[in-house]
Amino acid sequence: MTTAPDRPAGTRPRHLLYLLPVVLFVVVAVYFLVALYSSRDPQEVPSALVGKPAPGFTLAPLLPDLPGVARADLGGSVVLVNFFASWCVPCRAEHPYLGRIAKDGGLPIFGIVYKDKPDAARAYLAELGNPYARIGMDDSGRTGIDFGITGVPETFVLAPDGRICYRQWGPVTDDDTEQALLAKIKECRR
Amino acid sequence: MRCALPGFFLDSPAKAGAQGNRHDADPGPPLSRGNQGKATTKAMLLLLLALVLAPPALAVEPGEMLKDPALEARARAISEEIRCVVCQNQSIDDSAADLAADLRRLVRERLLAGDSDQQVRDFLVARYGDFVLLDPPVKPKTWLLWYGPAAIFLLALAAVAVYFRRRRGAALAPPPLSADEAQRLESLLADAGEGRGSP
Amino acid sequence: MIAELGHFALVLALALALAQAVLPLAGAARDNQAWMAVAAPASQGQLLFIAIAFFALMQAYVSSDFSVAVVADNSNSAMPLIYKAAATWGNHEGSLLLWVLILAVFGAAVGTFGNNLPPKLKARVLAVQGLIAVGFLAFMLLTSNPFARLDPPPADGADLNPLLQDPGLAFHPPMLYFGYVGFSMAFSFAVAALIEGRVDAAWARWVRPWTLAAWIALTAGIAGGSWWSYYELGWGGWWAWDPVENASFMPWLLGTALLHSAIVVEKRDALKSWTMLLAILTFAMSLVGTFLVRSGVLTSVHAFASDPRRGVFILFLLVIAVGGSLTLFAIRAPSLRDGGLFQPISREGSLILNNLLLAVGGVIVFLGTFMPLFADVLHAGAISVGAPYYFLIFNPFAALLIVVMAVGPLLPWKRADLAGALQRLTAASAATVVAAGLVWWLKTGGPLFGVLGVALGVWLLMGTLVEYGERIGILRAPGDAWRRARQLPRAAYGMTLAHAGLAVAILGMTGSAAWKQEQVLMMRPGDTVSLAGYDYRFDGVADVAGPNYTATRGTFTVTKDGTPVTILHPEKRKYPVQGVPTTEAAIHTNGLADLYAVIDSPDDAGAVSVHLYHQPLVPWIWAGAVLMALGGLVSLSDRRLRVGAPSRRTAVAMARA
Repeated sequence: MTTAPDRPAGTRPRHLLYLLPVVLFVVVAVYFLVALYSSRDPQEVPSALVGKPAPGFTLAPLLPDLPGVARADLGGSVVLVNFFASWCVPCRAEHPYLGRIAKDGGLPIFGIVYKDKPDAARAYLAELGNPYARIGMDDSGRTGIDFGITGVPETFVLAPDGRICYRQWGPVTDDDTEQALLAKIKECRR
Repeated sequence: MRCALPGFFLDSPAKAGAQGNRHDADPGPPLSRGNQGKATTKAMLLLLLALVLAPPALAVEPGEMLKDPALEARARAISEEIRCVVCQNQSIDDSAADLAADLRRLVRERLLAGDSDQQVRDFLVARYGDFVLLDPPVKPKTWLLWYGPAAIFLLALAAVAVYFRRRRGAALAPPPLSADEAQRLESLLADAGEGRGSP
Repeated sequence: MIAELGHFALVLALALALAQAVLPLAGAARDNQAWMAVAAPASQGQLLFIAIAFFALMQAYVSSDFSVAVVADNSNSAMPLIYKAAATWGNHEGSLLLWVLILAVFGAAVGTFGNNLPPKLKARVLAVQGLIAVGFLAFMLLTSNPFARLDPPPADGADLNPLLQDPGLAFHPPMLYFGYVGFSMAFSFAVAALIEGRVDAAWARWVRPWTLAAWIALTAGIAGGSWWSYYELGWGGWWAWDPVENASFMPWLLGTALLHSAIVVEKRDALKSWTMLLAILTFAMSLVGTFLVRSGVLTSVHAFASDPRRGVFILFLLVIAVGGSLTLFAIRAPSLRDGGLFQPISREGSLILNNLLLAVGGVIVFLGTFMPLFADVLHAGAISVGAPYYFLIFNPFAALLIVVMAVGPLLPWKRADLAGALQRLTAASAATVVAAGLVWWLKTGGPLFGVLGVALGVWLLMGTLVEYGERIGILRAPGDAWRRARQLPRAAYGMTLAHAGLAVAILGMTGSAAWKQEQVLMMRPGDTVSLAGYDYRFDGVADVAGPNYTATRGTFTVTKDGTPVTILHPEKRKYPVQGVPTTEAAIHTNGLADLYAVIDSPDDAGAVSVHLYHQPLVPWIWAGAVLMALGGLVSLSDRRLRVGAPSRRTAVAMARA
């Protein structure tokens, strides 16, 4: 078999070409590594509304002695809006933290009952306590869709100008998450 | 852990019968894909799009369907492009999830309110982001997805062309004859004609 | 006790794998025969111990030993026996054990039957195989021990996900794994060749049977999975471009390319570096698939429970195996010199185009699968990629490939006359146009891609038959044709069958995607509805009980123009242990179309939500896949491929004799 003639000048670019696969692979591997360490739950859908004004809505009150929630009630100060339901088990786990957050954060929490029966919701609050300053009923779930939620519980931090500052996906069920949320609330105040 | 009813495996609890008296009402003309109206070109194109896109759908409940077949067809077409965000890789057309059912109803409501297809899509994207579209939008961040394959193909073709040119270059210089072969060539040429042997 | 035995066997297997990895490699470098000879018995011993571990785990499942954690998590005493056995691999730990078992099977097979391999190559191949085994066995023993015990053991298990309680579970994963893991052999061969610095026709001969075996299994596994999801998931679809489906498709695309480029290496001593790269990347895709399913970075129906610790380990394995081999490639491949020369228009050229198109297809699937992840990592906002994207981007390249597939086999090596080849395809072109016209006329108003898909399928089928007909000279010298047909090498039949199978599958995919019809409505007993010429009468529902479920079972009497066709019994099942309902579709096929019925539980008024589908040509998808796998088997049985290139010594000896 004849040996191919030596190729002085042309070989460098060729050799670099052979490096391309391993370079590309390293890039991909780095992405994978970062993805592994990102604490985000892969099921979480990032909110499209962060930084945007809250959507318009008006919801009827759940309890006779507590007003409902509407867009007009937002604004003026930082507020938490918490979507929950009586059929939602993680909401129960989150419940004790809500009162604490309201106190430590020094802000009111507005609750929105998502696709629930009013009686069941009232019973839930009677059993666990009521940390909310206002509660509205979203029977159809349409307000939830307007907020872009994908389930409950989801909690929104609203800035004084009515914009959505931050969205907490999933329940607050441990101190770390609670602290993180409180930090976001503080940021939002500025 | 959250309470988003995973669509894939569960019953759709909001069956048509449970929604008021829907089950008594006429569910509308059965949707048979084979006989579509051939109204306007736009409808044809939409239909084309609908039939071009991935087909099947379990989850549309009879009670959700619109009376107007053209609108219903548009709703189905749009639904097939909208991701069920609480499911695993399904469109809202395919999924039995609660949220998917809500979004299906929403799509139909918007269509009844007169929105165009793009307006319906924009409505959903405003709330859920680009993620809700199964067909990623053509933005700079998705250029690699949309133009990448063709670009890579063309680049590869170019590389192959270079490969051919290089090898042809090597082939233009044939390997030198061995001593044996040179001798044979001489004798052959000498045989072929007097005086026309090798110089 | 048996579980502990299994655990111990795994540890022994790891020790053997270490020996298999280190000694032969060092021995080949130092020309030490004794060390090189360790490879084959080590591979056999490894298989023995892993098999012991595997059957120990299966025994735990079959005997419902709930003190073993994975059995408690994935099984239940009320489960039928076959599912208890199949549940062995229905979870992360058990499926890993299946992985290393098949890895060991391939290693031992080369160790035992690879006697015609040169000793150094064989030693290096088995060493690389051993290295992979070391990685996965360590992974299992350190993070995913299948034999972990529960104390105290629960009274009964958590049951296997009802969707998995199906005969398909017995078939689909082992077949798939045989494919994925089988490509490890091509990988080992490539790495060994790169270490040695030599790739030649003989190498291609040796590698081909293992690659072919893996390809056959992967084809069957993917088709099986597609068929399983079709009848099990109840939405009438057979492919969803789910990340894990894609993870099996990528190695298939690259593996097909590898099979074809290996032909060029063997016949023409060319495309060596590219073939090395393909062999590495095909297995790399298998490993990436493993990473996807077990690390939790993507959600999918297929994903096992995620644990980032496991993800990091697999990523580490990936970096070492793929990063290492690609680095080796970058260093060694430039010195591989190609031999045969050829024109762009030639069989080699068409195979290059084949490889290009398959590789681009692989890139498309890769981008679509991982772009959402990468966009997320870059905080570029979430995007999602679904079926519509693949349809628009993947199909044109696939179409181009199919067009080329009919022409390529007609081209001779080195230099071809394209016009001549196309001329021989006149009949095929005519048939294509006629078929397209027929479809256009019969299905007016249907989608354009329906016509295109049929045209492509007919083109490929006719082109394949034309090539076969030419080979046996059926028109040229009909008298001789039968004799020629019998003398044709099996590999030729393999190619014809496989290409024809693909054509049939494409026709099936087109039919189902383009002309599917459906009816969605509420029905009460006695109601009738028509779909695609068939009349469906709903006869009501009944409650039935299965071994570990209760179900609502509907009855449909199907007639066509008054003649009874069949009775369909779709079910809606509820499995009490996990509380998960499943739909069991009722499917009737007449070979040309499927009648598909699904029901939901009745509402308060006794009406049932019914979905009926008419799916034309759907059975052809799986018939086509079976043909493809059959073609592969026929090709595999070709003795020439398995014997490998004869060594020079024997050839000379035979010449002297």
